[in-house]
Amino acid sequence: MSMPLEELNYIGLSEIPAMENSEKLASKGLNLKATELRLGLPGSESPERDNGLGVLKGFTSGAKRGFSDTINGDSGKWVFTGNGGSEVDLGKNGALFSPRSVNGSGSECTSLKEVVPLSPKAVHEKKPQISAVNGHGVAPAAKAQVVGWPPIRSFRKNSMAVNPPKSDEDAKLGSGCLYVKVSMDGAPYLRKVDLKTYSSYMELSSALEKMFSCFTIGQCGAHGVPLRDGMSESRLMDLLHGSEYVLTYEDKDDDWMLVGDVPWEMFTVSCKRMRIMKSSDAIGL
Amino acid sequence: YLSNTSTLSTKMAKSFPEEVLEHVFSFITSDSDRNAVSLVCKSWYEIERWCRKRVFVGNCYAVSPRILTRRFPEVRSVEIKGKPHFADFNLVPEGWGGCVYPWISAMAGAYPWLEEIRLKRMVVSDEALELISTSFCNFKVLVLSSCEGFSTDGLASIAANCRELRVLDLRESEVDDLSGHWLSHFPDTWTSLVSLNIACLGSEVSFSALERLVARSPNLRTLRLNRAVSLEKLHNLLCRAPQLVEFGTGAYSSELRPDVFSNLAGAFSGCKQLKGLSGFWDVVPAYLPAIYLTCSGLTSLNLSYATIQSPDLVKLVSQCHNLQRLWVLDYIEDIGLDALAASCKHLQELRVFPSDPYVVDPNVSLTERGLVAVSEGCPKLQSVLYFCRQMSNAALVAIARNRPNLVCFRLCIIEPRAPDYLTLEPLDAGFGAIVEHCKELRRLSLSGLLTDRVFEYIGTRGRKLEMLSIAFAGESDLGLHHVLSGCESLRKLEIRDCPFGDKALLANAAKLETMRSLWMSSCSVSFGACKLLGQKLPRLNVEVIDERGSPDSRPESCPVEKLYIYRTVAGPRVDMPPFVWTIDEDAALRV
Repeated sequence: MSMPLEELNYIGLSEIPAMENSEKLASKGLNLKATELRLGLPGSESPERDNGLGVLKGFTSGAKRGFSDTINGDSGKWVFTGNGGSEVDLGKNGALFSPRSVNGSGSECTSLKEVVPLSPKAVHEKKPQISAVNGHGVAPAAKAQVVGWPPIRSFRKNSMAVNPPKSDEDAKLGSGCLYVKVSMDGAPYLRKVDLKTYSSYMELSSALEKMFSCFTIGQCGAHGVPLRDGMSESRLMDLLHGSEYVLTYEDKDDDWMLVGDVPWEMFTVSCKRMRIMKSSDAIGL
Repeated sequence: YLSNTSTLSTKMAKSFPEEVLEHVFSFITSDSDRNAVSLVCKSWYEIERWCRKRVFVGNCYAVSPRILTRRFPEVRSVEIKGKPHFADFNLVPEGWGGCVYPWISAMAGAYPWLEEIRLKRMVVSDEALELISTSFCNFKVLVLSSCEGFSTDGLASIAANCRELRVLDLRESEVDDLSGHWLSHFPDTWTSLVSLNIACLGSEVSFSALERLVARSPNLRTLRLNRAVSLEKLHNLLCRAPQLVEFGTGAYSSELRPDVFSNLAGAFSGCKQLKGLSGFWDVVPAYLPAIYLTCSGLTSLNLSYATIQSPDLVKLVSQCHNLQRLWVLDYIEDIGLDALAASCKHLQELRVFPSDPYVVDPNVSLTERGLVAVSEGCPKLQSVLYFCRQMSNAALVAIARNRPNLVCFRLCIIEPRAPDYLTLEPLDAGFGAIVEHCKELRRLSLSGLLTDRVFEYIGTRGRKLEMLSIAFAGESDLGLHHVLSGCESLRKLEIRDCPFGDKALLANAAKLETMRSLWMSSCSVSFGACKLLGQKLPRLNVEVIDERGSPDSRPESCPVEKLYIYRTVAGPRVDMPPFVWTIDEDAALRV
């Protein structure tokens, strides 16, 4: 069904029907394996892997990389820097996706198998498993949040957020997401931010600067070439810290307030939406 | 020989008057059959296009409004989808596109007799709603599923102007809720309401207006209220609409009062045709028995907002012997699913949502066992969406063997890359069994620890698979290659956070023209590869979505944040925001 490609010499697989391609990919053996990207849990037993640590090769990183940058070799945890692809909250303990399986030591594996019997109550005995991963006894329940995972629609998330589940520890942890809309006077469309991914006004305002920077320089020019990041951010910062724009929010009582007056936690609970307003319109707030 | 048959078929085609063919075609309703009919010969193409009444546009950018209205001049019903599916999970930045206004504008001129508009994941402005309300004098059906961009002002226009309206269904749209007064704009003379779904609205609508509306709508079959409608008021509505077939409550809670309870129970028992119930926010369990008398007739039950525990859920579900569809929170637990499997032998669709997805430790006793039990006990089960925290290959194999009739299987193990919790192996074998045994499988969502091997199984055995969702899986380009070089029926592929890069994509570029769309985010596809694809395959739109600024400002080997590729006959988009780039034939970067 797929047609032979004509001139795609990009990887030397041109003019070969798809079936042969797969054989080629497989037979290229070492060549491909050496350069292919891998991701996996350290110590996992896939026979095709090297010594257990996936290594990322083959692309150069820009300053703000998405996906994954470094592997924390000691604890065997993957460490992601924020921005770009998997936007992640590093606020809590910096470790993400604590892998459920453990570095290949035999004793830990057997203890896992014992700990998980096939009874309905199995789930409640999970705690030893989790603390085996977090050897240094860090409270495991503070989970880093990845955008869009688990895949639950906003409507459902927001409905559940209003009525939090009946569990004591959850109330303290502030689980869930809190998406609010942010509009900017003069911008053609608005953005959404998850207030739970920030822990202070500083973080929020720098994130908003990045999102809205291209609006303040007249939509990045006619041919879509934006100014370099540094320039646009500082220009927005000037605008925000200067007199042109102020950041405001609508609270649960439908009043518009200046952002920054109340403690951060109180703000996240009461903020329904935000608006980057021209200072001239914000008189009286 | 060939020239003889073509002469024969031409003769046959000419021997039937057009009216006869048109009459015959009117019995052909499926889109794919209609498309096939239009390919037989030029005259059939012409006849068919003049009598096609219903059009489905699966991707609003695959075709333009002008192409649509030029080809099909007599359309009465249109369904259009906009943003890619992952937009539901906030992976598509706001402002990406999917604006419906150009479509409404084109149809306002071309289809004055348009009756039905169904939109999914589109941006709908108040202006668009107003244009709809004033352009189509016979307008009957408006369904906005997961749409956004409009306010209750837009709804007021629809209410005020659409005299023939029968269906107003807002599904899970995001509405700027300015006030509840819009409902009062429906004129008192308007009595044709059949279906009203306002469950997504936050603010209170005028209850007296709602009551009067229900009272004067003898054809009302579906009524889904929003959370703001209190429980004490439900009986007022139900008593005025005993003919209801589907009903969605508001917040199902109130102080325990015997009179309120008996009014409610009485009202429910008066609705003899009731087949579907939903709503149930903030449930007070003591009020659940009010619906017990309806249970034996129920075919559809949506308890996915009901924060009630397993014993109450079991009492309810065990009485619903005719249940075909159940949506529920994981509070049902394995115990509840055992009861479901024992009581509901007609169950076709099960969705279990997580009550607390962001906590690492499980808060309820729901495991793979519950799903296995349902797969054993419910012979008609064909559609599954299941969120859980542990899974094993053994369980997946059992499910596959029990239920080879599965058509849709979406499993979400909450922790990314979680292995088989018993053996710590990847779940390749389990999902492999699913695609092997379930030969009619059309939709599959993967999760857990998965190597390239699972994709080999899927590529070779997923012959009818149309939609595949992949997250945090695979090891190399080989995985993606297996899928793209196999999966003959694949239409939609969406991938996030997988180590898939250029090689598989470029080696299988032609496959992309046989699919509706491909989404890849947080993968390793380089900008250079995107440029190549865009250049070589002019019938694809290759969109790079990247909020870090122009891809030209980084090396070509740098991976893009997000990639959305779809086939189109409409050429590149003209409405892209600054963070979306498309590559046209001369490899110029177009914003």
